[in-house]
Amino acid sequence: MRLLSRKATCNTHGQDSSYFLGWEEYEKNPYDEIKNPTGIIQMGLAENQLSFDLLESWLANNPDAAVFKKDGQSIFRELALFQDYHGLPAFKKALVDFMAEIRGNRVTFDQNKIVLTAGATSANETLMFCLAEPGEAFLLPTPYYPGFDRDLKWRTGVEIVPIQCASSNGFQITAPALEEAYLEAQRRNLRVKGVLVTNPSNPLGTTMSRSELNLLVNFITAKGIHLISDEIYSGTVFSSPGFISIMEVLKDRKCENTEVWKRVHIVYSLSKDLGLPGFRVGAIYSNDEMVVSAATKMSSFGLVSSQTQYLLSALLSDNKFTKNYISENQRRLKQRQKLLVKGLEKAGISCLKSNAGLFCWVNMKHLLRSNTFEAEMELWKKIVYDVNLNISPGSSCHCTEPGWFRVCFANMSEETLKLAMDRLKSFVDSISKTTSHQMVKNSRKKYLTKWVFRLSFHDRGPKER
Amino acid sequence: MNMLSYKASSDSHGQESSYFLGWQEYEKNPYHQLQNPNGIVQMGLAENQLSFDLLESWLENNPDSVGFKRNGESVFRELALFQDYHGLPAFKNALVEFMAEIRRNKVKLDPNKLVLTAGSTSANETLMFCLAERGDAFLLPTPYYPGFDRDLKWRTEVEIVPIHCSSSNGFRITMPALEKAHQRALKLDLKVKGILITNPSNPLGISMTRNELNLLISFAMAKHIHIVSDEIFSGTVFDCPNYISIAEVLMDRQLANSEISRCIHIVYSLSKDLGLSGFRVGMIYSNNETVVSAATKMSSFGLVSSQTQYLLSNMLSDKKFTGKYLKENQKRLKKRKQMLVSGLQNAGIRCLKSNAGLFCWVDMRHLLSTQTFEAEKELWKKILGEVGLNISPGSSCHCSEPGWFRMCFANMSEETLTVAMERIKDFAQSVTSTRNRKITMYHQMICDQRSLINKWVSKLSSHDRESDR
Repeated sequence: MRLLSRKATCNTHGQDSSYFLGWEEYEKNPYDEIKNPTGIIQMGLAENQLSFDLLESWLANNPDAAVFKKDGQSIFRELALFQDYHGLPAFKKALVDFMAEIRGNRVTFDQNKIVLTAGATSANETLMFCLAEPGEAFLLPTPYYPGFDRDLKWRTGVEIVPIQCASSNGFQITAPALEEAYLEAQRRNLRVKGVLVTNPSNPLGTTMSRSELNLLVNFITAKGIHLISDEIYSGTVFSSPGFISIMEVLKDRKCENTEVWKRVHIVYSLSKDLGLPGFRVGAIYSNDEMVVSAATKMSSFGLVSSQTQYLLSALLSDNKFTKNYISENQRRLKQRQKLLVKGLEKAGISCLKSNAGLFCWVNMKHLLRSNTFEAEMELWKKIVYDVNLNISPGSSCHCTEPGWFRVCFANMSEETLKLAMDRLKSFVDSISKTTSHQMVKNSRKKYLTKWVFRLSFHDRGPKER
Repeated sequence: MNMLSYKASSDSHGQESSYFLGWQEYEKNPYHQLQNPNGIVQMGLAENQLSFDLLESWLENNPDSVGFKRNGESVFRELALFQDYHGLPAFKNALVEFMAEIRRNKVKLDPNKLVLTAGSTSANETLMFCLAERGDAFLLPTPYYPGFDRDLKWRTEVEIVPIHCSSSNGFRITMPALEKAHQRALKLDLKVKGILITNPSNPLGISMTRNELNLLISFAMAKHIHIVSDEIFSGTVFDCPNYISIAEVLMDRQLANSEISRCIHIVYSLSKDLGLSGFRVGMIYSNNETVVSAATKMSSFGLVSSQTQYLLSNMLSDKKFTGKYLKENQKRLKKRKQMLVSGLQNAGIRCLKSNAGLFCWVDMRHLLSTQTFEAEKELWKKILGEVGLNISPGSSCHCSEPGWFRMCFANMSEETLTVAMERIKDFAQSVTSTRNRKITMYHQMICDQRSLINKWVSKLSSHDRESDR
């Protein structure tokens, strides 16, 4: 008899993908300005390290929140015992207000519709458990976050069917692509329960347009399915067009309290906007009472530490702080993205025009030996092992076109980013030299052949006459 | 089409049980010494509120741990970014040493075999995902913690088959009971993947004997199945016999590196021993590399907040503190349990002799109108509604005999416990006196009837005799 479950022994956790392997290589040889200046620079981790000073200064000015005090009184016992899966009310209130603030208060959220979970990883899995049976499917636009293969599928038994997006239109979702994905699911005998999008997109770094969002609403209405909008990067939108949340579109279409309104669920987290992935704060927001009720019970399997809920409820209730943080953080992200884009430009590399996220979607098609995923893997390996940059290959994000890479910019210092850009430029320059050298060699070959041909023709000429 | 999954729309979460309903009633009308002295006293929540002062005093003396500082330097950024599912090394080191300390250092544990999870709720579910498929079964001795019906079965779709234990031998696990449960599973067409025990037991409050543990290991070896030993109450053993962990028995039987040792997994948590249920700190300890590896990845779905890991790694690394804490905590638990036992005795109520846990397993069979679960439910409702005590009925713990209740003693002040004891005494007396009255009335009725019949008979016979002259 099989001793362990299939889940434990197979690799559907998806962690053999290059996304995680590059990470491992980095761990073995991590760059350090002083201790290991030739080490691998981590550009595969979508972390936001740009605004910690703002958080640290808030903490220094508000010591009570971290030491279990409220108005000078200790609330340690209260917090130590607080394991109510409904969550700390003050925290939920602060969180929904923060979410509304990020959306320019064009939409507001009800704290009774939010469910706290240990990170968005937990939120996404929980939604799968609530909305789908094993063997059913969710449609996801490609390219998508590699972690979804584990988070959405592994223990839930749910399948992912890709909605193929192409560079020809900036990887935007189209109606034909949606229909094709739906048909593909049917061909594979999978019942489609919904669509899951990440908006702003990881790895694209772009916000969805109003027309894409409308398209999605039309599609899920027509098919009678769910829409999950993972908006964990919503606070990282640093330039126009601004962020349009799916809730805003529903509101504008006067869909409140309709059937479709109950089938749209938002996932959020403080891991990207606030740069606090270690604190494990995620959330599900849903207008469907049953989903909220079931997800709340399921959150027992991944509650947020009350110590952390309390600290962050104090932080996020400070409106002066949040207002300043949101705008300053976005300003710094914008500046840093420009640095990356310019650096890439210098190396003759372009990227998808982006307005959000902690990364750029970089076009290295011209550096591929051939327009294949094998060539992409080759290039990726070179970049990891020779150039010493860990970046994420598009294939790990299920991109349908080889040659795209996700390169992060917010998880290192400016100096490190500049160094990374220098390395990349050197690499590209060396390829060009090799390529032009190769081209010269190739053209020499051609010349030789012509001459040889001419010779032989000449020989043949007079004799054969 | 069904819009939501079966899991979301059914009640397979098991939360319609009385265990949770009593909780809800309490929430509506909670006892408060001043604000609501007639409210319901919560005796259904296995929390440890007795030793917070010790924790608070440690916190005061160690402000760096909550201030994200190490040796005066800020570690905020490091912690904010730390989401490695391998867990904070310093925390895991401190935890295995704390666990060993609880086991009187009879075992040595390896931090690389420890997986951190958001509470033991998460640990138990994760183990099910690792060890069993949908439709497989785990055997659990009854009575057991009602939450298992949700934690082990809901999303995993694993089944639970009970190992029936009875009061005749103090609810100890026997070989016949194990075999019977295994047979029953086979009859139900379920593949048994393992046994899950809670040691010390919830709701019994007793630690397992060496005998029981040996029995379990032999059984698991024979059937090639796993044992999950949920040891979350291990630090609450306040009386002899000393706590024996399954890890110790394995060692004593020289099975430390054997096949069976890779099938035995321990679950632990800081929710009971340290009373920190809100901080969500649980863990799985396993000698099985594959389990550790899979469980580690699965812990992504319920990691412990790095803020909390840091605080507690400091606290538990303070050996002076942990030694003092464990001893003092156990002393207070013992005293409080004795208060409950005495109070119940005063009310003519007995309970299972216990040496651990935050509750007693109370025998109220004599207060039942009939030896049925309906009568138990009736009694429970009376105690909840009229007496104003939320206690957990044995049926919610799948006990096979009606009349047993779990009563918690460590989640309230001494004063509140005293109030609860008075209420139960009054109630028990009233039940007894009502019963006595009823008995008296019944006897009186019988006597009256008898005397009526006697009179009539004697009238008849005297009449007859008169006619005969």
